[in-house]
Amino acid sequence: MITKFQVAYKNLHRKRVRSLLTLIGIALSAWVLVSLLGFNHGYETSLNKDIDNMGFQLMIMAKGCPYEAATMMLKGGTGLKYMKESIINDVAKEPEVEKTTPILMAAVFDPNKGESGGVAGYFGIEPKSFSEMKPFLKFRQGRWFTDENAFEAVMGYEAAELEQREVGDMILIPEKNVQFKVVGILARTGTQDDGTIFVPLKTAQKVFGKPDEITTLGIKVKKGIDSTRFEDKMYQLPDVQVVSLAQVKQTIMQLISTAKVMVLSIALIAILIAMVGVINTILMSVHERFQEIGILKTIGAMPGDVFKLIWIETLILCAIGGILGIGLALILSKVTEVVIRHLLPYSPSGGLVLIDLKLILFTLAAVLCIGLLSGLYPAWKAGRIRPLEAIRSEIG
Amino acid sequence: MNQNMLAIEAENLTKVYLRGSEEIPAVNDVSLRINKGDFISIIGPSGSGKTTLINLLGCLDNPTSGELCLAGRSIFNKGKRLSERELTKIRREIYGYIFQNFYLIPTLTVMENVTLPLTFYRKPDTENEAVKLLRLLGMEHRKDHLPGQISGGEMQRVAIARAMVNKPEILLADEPTGNLDTKRSAEIVQVLQELNRKAQLTIIMVTHNQELARCANRMFEMRDGRICQIACEPERIYCNDASADSP
Repeated sequence: MITKFQVAYKNLHRKRVRSLLTLIGIALSAWVLVSLLGFNHGYETSLNKDIDNMGFQLMIMAKGCPYEAATMMLKGGTGLKYMKESIINDVAKEPEVEKTTPILMAAVFDPNKGESGGVAGYFGIEPKSFSEMKPFLKFRQGRWFTDENAFEAVMGYEAAELEQREVGDMILIPEKNVQFKVVGILARTGTQDDGTIFVPLKTAQKVFGKPDEITTLGIKVKKGIDSTRFEDKMYQLPDVQVVSLAQVKQTIMQLISTAKVMVLSIALIAILIAMVGVINTILMSVHERFQEIGILKTIGAMPGDVFKLIWIETLILCAIGGILGIGLALILSKVTEVVIRHLLPYSPSGGLVLIDLKLILFTLAAVLCIGLLSGLYPAWKAGRIRPLEAIRSEIG
Repeated sequence: MNQNMLAIEAENLTKVYLRGSEEIPAVNDVSLRINKGDFISIIGPSGSGKTTLINLLGCLDNPTSGELCLAGRSIFNKGKRLSERELTKIRREIYGYIFQNFYLIPTLTVMENVTLPLTFYRKPDTENEAVKLLRLLGMEHRKDHLPGQISGGEMQRVAIARAMVNKPEILLADEPTGNLDTKRSAEIVQVLQELNRKAQLTIIMVTHNQELARCANRMFEMRDGRICQIACEPERIYCNDASADSP
C-alpha cells in the first residue's frame, strides 16, 4: 500500500522544473540563514576567544594610549603614552588583584620590511608573569629569555614566518641599531601575539629609552570580584585609563552591529521570498490538480487527508531545500568567511562562520516551520475542494 | 419487497439548481428502488439529469428534497443536509466510482493507483485485494506501469480495480465507456457484468449508448429530470465474445 508521503513525494516529480526552482529558492534562503547565524555565533566565539587569550581582564594604561597592538601598528608606534613602573606595586597591593603583568609596547619602522617598509611590534615583558597570565602560550621552538637584561627575543608564529627567522638567528632593530638573538618561537595562537616580538622588559626599557616606564599593566582579578566596582577603584589612580576586556568586546560588537542588522534584514527578505515562492508553487499545484483532489475525496480521502497530503508536499520541499542550503553553507563557509572578513572593519583571528550541529538543527527546524506555515493556506484550500465541483470543472 | 434486499431506496428525490432567480429542476421527484445485485443502466439525452441523479444516489451531492435510504439506513430525509465529511464517510463505506475520464494519478503506477483508496480508508479483509482485482481484470502484468504507458481501455480497468479495492456494496459508473472505442467499451461493460454476476455487486451505470445499456438487467430513462423504467430484464446482451480475463 502506498503511503501519503510517497503520494506527496511522487507528485513533486510532476513539474520537475517548478519543484527544482522552488527548492533552489528555499536552499538559498537556508544558506543565507545558516551563514548569518553561523557568522553571529562564530564572530562572538572568536572574539571571546581572542579576548580570553589576552589572559587578563583589565588593562591599565596612561590616558590616551592605544591599548591594542593593531591600533599601535596602524599609528606607526606613535601616540604611545607611558606610566611609571611603580604603579605595578600600587595595583598589586589591592586585595582584589590576583596577578599583574607589565608591558612596554613599542613599534619600530623597518625600511627593509616588505616592498615599502613596515612596522614591527615589540612587547617588553616579564616572561614569568606574562606566561602565567597566558598559560596557553606554547613554544614551537626554543624557550623564554635567560635573564631580564638579555638581548634575546621570542617571536610570535607569524612574525617568525614573516621575518624568516629560526631559533639562533639574529634580528636587528634598525632605528636603534641593536641586535637580538632569537631564543624561542611561539606556536600559533590565533591572537595578536602571533605577530609580536617579545623581548625582556628591562632590555626594552633600555633600548627604547624608557627606564622605569611601562605602557600597559595587565591585571587578573580574583574570582568572584565585581570587576565594574574594581574598575571604578582603579580610575582613582592619577592619569590612567582602565580598559576592561568586556568593554573592548562591547565596542567591537557595536562596530559590527550595523552590518549584522543589514545581513539579518537581507536574510529575512530572502526567507519571505522563499515563503511566497513555496505558497505559489503549492497553490499552482493544487489548482492544476483540482479534479484529481476531488477524485481523491470520492475514493475515500477526508478533508484532513487531503490537507496532510498537500502539507507533506510543502514539508518535503522545505526539508530538501533546507538540507541543500545547509550543505551549501557548510561547503561555502570559508568563502563566506573571506567575504565577511573583507567587508568588516575589524574581525577576530579565529573562524568567523561557525556552523555546529545545534545551528544546523535549528536552521532545519526553522525552515520546516516556514514550510508548515507556507503550506497552511494551500492545504486548507485543497481540503475544502468538493468532489462534485472538481468533477464538473474543466481544470485538469 | 424484503427491505434487506434493497440497496437503494429513493423517494421523491429532487435537485433544483438556481441560475440567478430561476429554478432549474435537474432531478424532479424521482422515486426508485434498486435491489442488491442489480445492474442498472440509466440512459437519456444530455441535460436530462442522469448524472445529477447518479451524484445524488452516490452521495456526491445533497438533494434539495426527498429521501434516500441505503440498505435500509436513512441518509437524506426531511431536507437534512450532510457535511462533506459525513458524505465522505458514507461514500467510502458503500460506494466505488468510475468516471468517463478515469482520473488516475499520473505519477503513480497502476498498482499504486489501485491501492490508493486503502491509504485513506481500509475495510477489513482487503488484504491482497488489489492483486486479485488486477489479475481478474487482466492487468497484473501492467502493475508497474504508469497510466501514461497504458491504453484507455486499460486505464478504465485500473479505475475499476481502484473502485473495487475496498469491496464496495455499490459501483457507480458515469459514462464509463465515453472515452473508449466500441471494442474497448464492450470489454469494459463485460467486466462490469462479470463483477455483477460473480460478486453480486450492485452497479448503476449512466450511459449514452443504448446498446451498452441493454447489458444491464434493468434500464431506466431520464427525461427532463424525471425517470421511467423502460425495461425490466430487457433482452439482455451478454458480452460473451470478450473475455474478462484478458485485456
